[in-house]
Amino acid sequence: MTTTSSVVAALIGGVLIGLASVALWALNGRIAGVSGVAGRLWRAAAGDRAWRVCFLGGLVLGNLLWVSFTGEVPARTGFPVWALILGGLLVGYGTSMAGGCTSGHGVCGLARLSPRSLAAVFTFLAVAAVTTFLARHLLQVS
Amino acid sequence: MIRSTSRPGFQALAAGLAGVVFGLGLAIAQMTDPRKVLAFLDVAGAWDPSLLFVLGAAVAVTAIGFALAGRRAAPWFDTRFHSPTARAIDRPLLLGSALFGVGWGLVGYCPGPAIASLGSANVEVLWFLPALVAGTLAHRMSSGHTRPTDDEA
Repeated sequence: MTTTSSVVAALIGGVLIGLASVALWALNGRIAGVSGVAGRLWRAAAGDRAWRVCFLGGLVLGNLLWVSFTGEVPARTGFPVWALILGGLLVGYGTSMAGGCTSGHGVCGLARLSPRSLAAVFTFLAVAAVTTFLARHLLQVS
Repeated sequence: MIRSTSRPGFQALAAGLAGVVFGLGLAIAQMTDPRKVLAFLDVAGAWDPSLLFVLGAAVAVTAIGFALAGRRAAPWFDTRFHSPTARAIDRPLLLGSALFGVGWGLVGYCPGPAIASLGSANVEVLWFLPALVAGTLAHRMSSGHTRPTDDEA
């Protein structure tokens, strides 16, 4: 069920994500695409690594701050480990191949009216919905 | 005024601040909870449209911000904007997006929320994230790329 408070929370969260993306672009000239920021971390040249570490660390800290404030820790239990591993492999492989994920293509790409990102977003949303349907209603996984 | 120097120290601070705001946004929107994400993707079940509002608000704010920021010749702390260079809607984009969609639709995590979840004692991502790294490496090795193929310049 969608309550008013959950819609408000979604909108506020989205605005914050947008502001963060604008900030990273306007200040550093970088696309806030997490798979891209993290993907180049290991082989980053000198001067190119620190901001990546800070951004990813900030993600963790931002979430931690909210969890500390509300005292609520979202925790799903009972989800099969094999699915977590398979999911991780697919997300890692796929985002590397596609050159982006929900933040890079979904937020920044759509905001830039990128046809490439539109194609990516349409594809991964549609495929994800089909996968969830199969996993939940046929395989009874999630 | 054209910025002609790159300022790594300020870049790090700016990135850290942006990351915190981003992580806060993910948490408030409950995108760090895979059940919430899957409730959106589960169109046949008790559908939760929240992710649509998150994405919509994020894209709207970003679009306006990018349009305004694009009027400058360069960002504040770097010599140039690192714009994505790839243009073609090609097989890797579509196949990669499909594979990503399968993984995301299966577990309800994508990279950002999974990393942010390390800040909420989430044990599931301790399995998910190493597998993600392995998947990324597997793609680079199999495609002959040793450098990331993401769209950024």
